[in-house]
Amino acid sequence: METNQTNRSQQRATKLYKKRSTLEDIWRQLRRNKGAIIGLILIIVIILVALLSPLLLDYDKDVIGQNIKQRLKPPSSAHWFGTDELGRDILSRVIYGARYSLAVGVVAVFVALAFGITLGAAAGYIGGKFENVVMRICDIFSSIPSVLMAIAVVSALGKSTFNLMLAVGIASTAPFIRVARAAVLVIHDEEYVEAARAIGMPDWKIIWVHILPNCLSQIIVQATLRVGSAIIAAAQLSFLGLGVPAPAPEWGSMLSAGRQYIRDYSYMTLFPGLAIMLTVLSLNMLGDGIRDALDPKLKR
Amino acid sequence: MYRYILKRLLMLIPVLLGVAFLIFAIMDVAAGDPVYSVAGADATPEQIEVLREKMGLNGSLIERYIRYIGNLLRGDLGTSYISKLDVMKVYLQRLPNTLKLATLTMIVAVGMAIPLGITAAVHQNSIRDTTSMVLALIGLSMPNFWLGLLLILFFSLRLGWFPTGGSEGFRSIVLPAITVGTSLAALLTRTTRSSMLDVLRQDYLRTARAKGVSERNVIQKHALRNALIPIITIFGVQFSNVLGGSVLAETVFAWPGVGRLVVDAIDQRDIPTVTGALVMTTMLVTIVNLLVDLVYAFVDPRIKAQYTK
Repeated sequence: METNQTNRSQQRATKLYKKRSTLEDIWRQLRRNKGAIIGLILIIVIILVALLSPLLLDYDKDVIGQNIKQRLKPPSSAHWFGTDELGRDILSRVIYGARYSLAVGVVAVFVALAFGITLGAAAGYIGGKFENVVMRICDIFSSIPSVLMAIAVVSALGKSTFNLMLAVGIASTAPFIRVARAAVLVIHDEEYVEAARAIGMPDWKIIWVHILPNCLSQIIVQATLRVGSAIIAAAQLSFLGLGVPAPAPEWGSMLSAGRQYIRDYSYMTLFPGLAIMLTVLSLNMLGDGIRDALDPKLKR
Repeated sequence: MYRYILKRLLMLIPVLLGVAFLIFAIMDVAAGDPVYSVAGADATPEQIEVLREKMGLNGSLIERYIRYIGNLLRGDLGTSYISKLDVMKVYLQRLPNTLKLATLTMIVAVGMAIPLGITAAVHQNSIRDTTSMVLALIGLSMPNFWLGLLLILFFSLRLGWFPTGGSEGFRSIVLPAITVGTSLAALLTRTTRSSMLDVLRQDYLRTARAKGVSERNVIQKHALRNALIPIITIFGVQFSNVLGGSVLAETVFAWPGVGRLVVDAIDQRDIPTVTGALVMTTMLVTIVNLLVDLVYAFVDPRIKAQYTK
């Protein structure tokens, strides 16, 4: 009887102390944060809208098809957000525009992650002269205002959606180098890393298998918050005429077009701007929530 | 302390050279071969070679970069392909406008952020705290050029209080400064709040209160002064973003600053102007960052002590 009880309490203890994955851990903390959950729901809705928009709308007819008879119509039951200077439905363009903005934001952050983590992790792991060189390059990148950096890269590579992603990604690389390097420096001398080294595991495998998964939490926080700023940066470049080429419905270029008509048709500038703000707001709310969930000071 | 300043100044040189090289290399890719567009279709190969030498475009990338740095040290940024004006002169003409905008932006941001951040921290978890934090989150999420357009719509077109653009008088700088300052204010509000919350829990504040110091003095003289250090850091780091943000605000409000100069030069593929303006702006950011670090060392006695030993 007594042995059974001991077994049960041991099982309970094992269950309690069972190692949870980082993602599980983040989710448990995140559930308690109302702001983060609102952000998460909003961003899921925006992603679904972006994914389903080709099923809801005909790109050639509803999104880029011109209808001069319908130009500059204010919001009505037929056109909830009104129509633009070429008679295109602004709601359809805002919905389809989510695909461009989210894609640019996410791909740009992946570009930054790829460059940033590779360089940062290698710098932290290898150390010495290599680390010094990488960190000085990082200083150089950090010294150039990111908007100006992205402008320079786009003007060098030419205007296209892919180059926009690349430009915003390159301009956002420096913070990831710093985060990855700092995280690797903390873990670098842990016993399990030394053990891996002792059994002759190659350096790249140690970084990939042992070090990076343990830095995941800091990288997730940085990535979530950076997608929002990448979306704004992409919209800024499109606003300046350096982003996604016309007639694609990118939110920044819609704002740029609306600017010409702001005096009499202000709704043209209202809705694309609201779409950018709502998307970035939801990402920031989620990012803040994830950061709080991972902050040991706030953990219960 | 002098050793610290000297060390920082020496560290600045490779960064500045690197920044100049990076921008020079990127713009070199962007330029293609500008000699052909300047020479015209009828130019002979000999004429093209003469023009290439005249424009300083002969030699490898490294050779041209070394030449560029040599000229830069003499204060020569080259001549604009379009206006044929001296780039340094044009840059220096535009710079005061950008600095004016950046200064007012900083004042607007601090004016909004410090009171909001302090109120939020002192009344933690109250409705005032929540409101400040929601406002800060919205400020951070709003693209500044869109905010600029909304400000024009409401304060210029509807109310007629401010001009829609241009640079005539104080009234024309107010809306651009609010446009660039809002996101900075949002970030500073959050930093002020968290920095104040850390300080408010310290024992020396309890001691000050126990000695009968008024709550106002506890906050202003004891808490805020100690909470200032992280705020100054953010302030310095954000100077680069203020200059970046001003590119957009200068476009929206037709403000004749450096940002507008860069955007116009890119439109016209005027490479010497773009390269010169970017190199000079980045140097400005780097020097301001150094100054902020020095102020930081000066304000915090712990850092000062570290370097005066």
